[in-house]
Amino acid sequence: MNIFQFIQQFGADPIAEVPSQQFTSRREAFRMLGASGKKLAAVAVPFGLASGLSQTARAQSMESTVTDTLNFALLLEYLEDDFYRQGVEKGDIPTGKDLSIFQQISKHESAHVSFLQTAISGAGATPIEFPEGGFDFTAGGAFPDPFASGNYQVFLALSQAFEDTGVRAYKGQAGNLMGNATVLTAALQIHSVEARHASEVRRLRGEKGWITQAERGTGMPEATDAVYAGEDNVTQGGVDVTTITTVGADGVTEAYDEPLSKEDVTAIASLFLG
Amino acid sequence: MTQKEKQRTLLDPAKGSSRRNFMKIGGAAMAASGLILIGCSEDDEGGMMMPDPDADAVDLGSGDVGILNYAYALEQLEAAFYTAVMDNSFFPGATDMEKQILSDLQKHEVAHRDFFKAAINSVAEAIPALEVDFSSIDFDDRASVLGTAKVFEDLGVSAYNGAGQLITNVDYLVIAGKIVSVEARHAAAIRSILDSDPTSFAGDDVIDANGLDVARMPSEVLMAASSFIVTPIDASNLPTA
Repeated sequence: MNIFQFIQQFGADPIAEVPSQQFTSRREAFRMLGASGKKLAAVAVPFGLASGLSQTARAQSMESTVTDTLNFALLLEYLEDDFYRQGVEKGDIPTGKDLSIFQQISKHESAHVSFLQTAISGAGATPIEFPEGGFDFTAGGAFPDPFASGNYQVFLALSQAFEDTGVRAYKGQAGNLMGNATVLTAALQIHSVEARHASEVRRLRGEKGWITQAERGTGMPEATDAVYAGEDNVTQGGVDVTTITTVGADGVTEAYDEPLSKEDVTAIASLFLG
Repeated sequence: MTQKEKQRTLLDPAKGSSRRNFMKIGGAAMAASGLILIGCSEDDEGGMMMPDPDADAVDLGSGDVGILNYAYALEQLEAAFYTAVMDNSFFPGATDMEKQILSDLQKHEVAHRDFFKAAINSVAEAIPALEVDFSSIDFDDRASVLGTAKVFEDLGVSAYNGAGQLITNVDYLVIAGKIVSVEARHAAAIRSILDSDPTSFAGDDVIDANGLDVARMPSEVLMAASSFIVTPIDASNLPTA
């Protein structure tokens, strides 16, 4: 049985069981868009999660899930923003095409930091601070200094690892944002930007823009193993895709990017905490 | 401006990337197509509705299945396009890198298409194969082929970004997420080989000041795609919120 049949059989679709009256209110709640605590609460209630709790507790739970998730994303964006800021300011990026590319990426990561801070504050929560000890982009010596003269290839390898991790991280959190259509859409809009970045950086390194099997590519130390673990999955929704298409396993793994859990992403990011 | 000329504008790499042009063309194209976006009883705006919906139109359906069929329709379009590119042995003067990218994209879109067909058929009924119209594309012309690829990939990214909020089942949402980032990787690669601006891979024409990519609702996406699809499509039962 694949996941589609499973869902069908058990009707594991909480929304479908919500009375039609509440459908209307959910739609209205989504329309309010903004992320104030009250509005989030209004969105949260019709989902009927955690039914043993009071409505207020449920609303708070949903709200904190969303803002916790955004804070988790903010940590990753702090890391990327700091990395590219230093790279553009003092790194060994060749001027011309390469520098233009990383200035563009840096601009986006910086915008993501501001956007997430604003979204978290707007939801009545507190954005996490930039990590006190800063980031250590040598990961405790696993990498040479990516900003040092002659180390542009190290910078590129780390950039690829961060972007591919970012793609997996946002993907892994999509489910936690389903209670808020606006936030979910914004997260998806960031997610695809990270994927565009990843593709470009991979191609700068002479790799394909997409991930074949779980290959890390050249010059990627073992410390980055976790970034690609599981990317060789060929089963989607319970279906082994290689059995229903003429496309071989390499192509199938390239055609689907895999999510990473918060724990796995946190472990990767922790390598770079100062 | 004739319909053909409008399609040309869409495919002109210099102009086709602009969201405003895109929209304009989409609206014009829809008027001449068999696309049904709004149920008659719900339409009070006038103008855009089809007074007599085509009884032969392919109904995407409602709920999550409707969204899956919608994605399946887009993947059919992309797969058919890249297959046509390869059937034409690419375009004269295509480099090895261009051939590699285009043949990879063909595989990925076919893998997406075949997956949706099997997945939808396991719980409901997938829409049939759609008839496409690529007469506006010059398959011997690099700018036309890559310009069309750019339009389709950017459109695909925006479609999945916009449809995420319409999906109610988390497992479907994650699968859509697995696909959209690959479409974004495609879009970046095509833009990178087509455009002279080194920032085009994530250019200011698609990424806004907040660092956010484009998200489009199904009605907007289907309007933009409708000039390439002959089969009438009834999207009026899709969720809109």
